[in-house]
Amino acid sequence: MFAPRKFQRQEDRVRVRLDRHEQLLLTELLDELERLLDDPDDPELRRLFPPAYSEPADDEQYRSLVRDQLVSGRSKALATVRKTLVAETLDLEQADQWLRALNDMRLVLGTRWDVTEDLDYGKLDVDEPRGRELAVYGYLSWLQEQLVEALAPT
Amino acid sequence: MSTIVAPAEVEVQEPASDEGVEQERPWVVIVWNDPINLMSYVTLVFQKLFGFSLQKATRLMLQVHNEGKAVVSSGNREKSELDVARLHAHGLWATMQQD
Repeated sequence: MFAPRKFQRQEDRVRVRLDRHEQLLLTELLDELERLLDDPDDPELRRLFPPAYSEPADDEQYRSLVRDQLVSGRSKALATVRKTLVAETLDLEQADQWLRALNDMRLVLGTRWDVTEDLDYGKLDVDEPRGRELAVYGYLSWLQEQLVEALAPT
Repeated sequence: MSTIVAPAEVEVQEPASDEGVEQERPWVVIVWNDPINLMSYVTLVFQKLFGFSLQKATRLMLQVHNEGKAVVSSGNREKSELDVARLHAHGLWATMQQD
């Protein structure tokens, strides 16, 4: 089946083709992630703030040093996606923020649903338990892959 | 009671430098495999953050994927912490340790 690319590089911009349903889904995910970021200690966010050191005292120091910056960087990416959700094109900086926001969504959902590397999207049954969630995750992966391709240095 | 000495007469003794005698062992930054980050995304992040060629970024990404981890940078503690933080900002699972 042929589907038009959701993201396509056009010189120094990226063309976006998302329909209304996709924009609504992304809005829901933005809302959820923004809410979660209010409490960066939430275990659901553990993959967004992994430990740097195996030594707990060193790691605590690292966290206190960088956590605010990591949180504000992530909030900024989410805000950029929200602001440009219906835009027809993105500049490269905005597209990079999209890429990071999509990745953060996948990290949170993938951790929650405990996805494995060999998840076979072709065999997904949306009526199975977790079927819809895994379909959302698979959709985000497909979307992100296209944005990576659009942004990859030539 | 403290002895007051006129400032002009104080001779400042520089502490003996340890540099070169006991250099800090270098730190290495390690990226670990995880089931979520896309292979293409990890390659792109390596190119972007470290200026690696596509070949080098791909080789390191495949090492992470196949062997479970790869060293992506090394240096002093401050530089390594910065590299780890930049990787964390991009959602990669990175840690640092002394070589």
